[in-house]
Amino acid sequence: MARQTRFVDSDILIVGGGMAGCGAAYESRYWGRDLRIVLVEKANVERSGAVAQGLSAINCYMGMRWNENQPEDFVRYTRGDLMGLVREDLVYDIARHVDSTVHKFEEWGLPILKNPNGRYMREGKWQIMIHGESYKPLVAEAARKSVTEHYNRIMVTHLLMDAKRPNRIAGAIGFNVRNGDFYVFRAKAVIVSAGGASHIYRARAIGEGMGRTWYAPWSSASAYGLVIPTGAVMTQMENRIVLTRFKDGYGPVGAWFLLLKSHATNAAGENYEKTRYPEIKERVGRYVDIVPMPTCLRNHAMLEEIKAGKGPIYMHTQHVLDTKEKEELGWEDFLDMTIGQAVVWASQNIDPKERPSELITSEPYVMGSHATCSGAWASGPEDCAPSEYQWGYNRMTTVEGLFGAGDTIGGSAHKFSAGSFTEGRIAGKAAVRFVLDRKGESPEIDDDHVASLRQAVYKPLETYRVYRNEFVAGTVSPSFITPLQGLQRLEKLMDEYVGGFSMFYVTNENLLNRGLELLAMLQEDFERIGAEDLHQLQRAWELQHRILTSEAVARHTLYRKETRWPGYYYRGDYPKLDDKEWHCFTGSQYDAKTRQWRMSKLPVHRIVPGFEPLET
Amino acid sequence: MPTFTDMTRCDGCGECVDICPSDIMHIDPVYRRSYNIEPNFCWECYSCVKACPHHAIDVRGYADFAPLGHKVRVLREPEKGAVSWKIRYRDGRVKEFVFPMRTTPWGSIKAAQDYPPPDPSALNSQLLSHEPEALHIPALPTIQGA
Repeated sequence: MARQTRFVDSDILIVGGGMAGCGAAYESRYWGRDLRIVLVEKANVERSGAVAQGLSAINCYMGMRWNENQPEDFVRYTRGDLMGLVREDLVYDIARHVDSTVHKFEEWGLPILKNPNGRYMREGKWQIMIHGESYKPLVAEAARKSVTEHYNRIMVTHLLMDAKRPNRIAGAIGFNVRNGDFYVFRAKAVIVSAGGASHIYRARAIGEGMGRTWYAPWSSASAYGLVIPTGAVMTQMENRIVLTRFKDGYGPVGAWFLLLKSHATNAAGENYEKTRYPEIKERVGRYVDIVPMPTCLRNHAMLEEIKAGKGPIYMHTQHVLDTKEKEELGWEDFLDMTIGQAVVWASQNIDPKERPSELITSEPYVMGSHATCSGAWASGPEDCAPSEYQWGYNRMTTVEGLFGAGDTIGGSAHKFSAGSFTEGRIAGKAAVRFVLDRKGESPEIDDDHVASLRQAVYKPLETYRVYRNEFVAGTVSPSFITPLQGLQRLEKLMDEYVGGFSMFYVTNENLLNRGLELLAMLQEDFERIGAEDLHQLQRAWELQHRILTSEAVARHTLYRKETRWPGYYYRGDYPKLDDKEWHCFTGSQYDAKTRQWRMSKLPVHRIVPGFEPLET
Repeated sequence: MPTFTDMTRCDGCGECVDICPSDIMHIDPVYRRSYNIEPNFCWECYSCVKACPHHAIDVRGYADFAPLGHKVRVLREPEKGAVSWKIRYRDGRVKEFVFPMRTTPWGSIKAAQDYPPPDPSALNSQLLSHEPEALHIPALPTIQGA
């Protein structure tokens, strides 16, 4: 098969066209009128990323115009929810800009529910309700019109470094999933706005239902899998998230808890968060008294209840759907963003008006945009980031010219959709400044290196073609594994050794070291992945991004010798929160040549006063 | 709930192939119609169902937890700015809902370059596009770093 190599030059390359990528596209054009801005997406920008299906709420909106919240309030909220550890400069920065993003969305045509007084209808303190079926197509329209070119169906596999300067970004490579053409993107600045990680842990759903993960199955960890090999410093990769959701369908619970004022109990109708308070206090001290109770601790209370044999845990929907409006609101909450939950109810004859629904904790996910903050260590805003958090350009990683937004950037939780778009805007503007400050500077690409990567990218097709002839039919080969077989091995080992749901999220040093051994073998076996077509080749490289991300998760989990977020995961050998040693961010730097990881502690600085670590 | 394609309605136009975020709707080389090549990577996002001009794609709940006999059907009408749902329970009950999805005409969004260019000096400020006006407060907040 004759595959073309296509070269695409740009000033700014945006990798991933989800919410963050669309924000980066719009904003970089606003400030960089004459720049070549290229957006590349592995699916179709119209429906890609975590918001492809739609959303029923925007979970990050201050309402500063009505004096509802100030950015400082949001910093207090996120750091409480993350047990003290957030980059306050980054969180503050998103909070102060996010309202202008949401107002723009409304102007573009996003229907936002309103109260009789004209204000946005609040789901909770930070959330507003939307009719969000077309949220992504709408945002995509703005992005597509603003960029010089956008490419759909190109799977970006690697970032490229400058031939002469080892810590300078120079572009990216990938392949067209439809025709197999090889793409070399040369760029002065790169913004990675790819997705976080589903399917690195075994999912609760099995077989056909494996795709029913809470986070989209196409969120394939490229946010980290692309960035880690550049040697950029990563942070908080141990801080995976576990979600309490409706069982099997994983429908959202926020509107039910916050807006409809439903509540959860054990099977006997008891409020387990209240009864388990003393035990949680014993573990985490006064962190249990943070209002609202941190997400991980609420998970923890529920898990203990299930372990004690007091399940199922129920959300009492039947008490709150007393009007037609409320019933419509409850259903739209699912139909706008998790249609599968409606199917679960229809198929199991559950009418939420009549009977309660089961809740469960999900398998873990790695993200930078939800109630969790894994990702790259980034430079902060010039006017308010402490000096240790600043090296020139907002949202630039420790690699020169490599920016990030959304799931890619660590330390900054609770961005959700609007905050991710906002962070894309911040990174987009900063990248324009970076490019204009370096007029005349063009990164150089090492042609030999690109040639060797090209060979590596297509190798799984070759492996399949050669070894497929060894056996009659089926999927069992002595010489290669398929991407799905590799993924299932990854999910099983992460589940069993790195704290998945089947272990009740518990791990320890011995388990982690064994898990790392098995991960290393899986990485070796990746050299022998067989892909029968271009679609499977996409799956193969998604798997590679997931494996690298998983190793980062295991390394960071091993490094942090405490249990900071009970309910997300537990170090069985260090069951308590330890502020004396671990009131810090974890950092790692990967050397792709030696495959060595360098771990470090990174400092926590407060810009909003009023939070003291425990004196343990 | 993975998708499946109705043999008599599909004409192989490929709209579903074009839109699927998971790249799992492909055209069968023999029948020249679309099908779901990887149901276990289907997120039931309904992007293909909504995009199909012939209403040829439907879903059947995941076999591992959804009993048979249900239907969740959708009609997305961009020109009307509305999306309609019909949900049929296993036991025959039916629920119907209609929700708005867009308040402006499709294609009406102004690109970033359609606005007057910003003052170059603002590139070094903390302001993003359309700020501070779009914040609906007088000025962008700031805070002293530690």
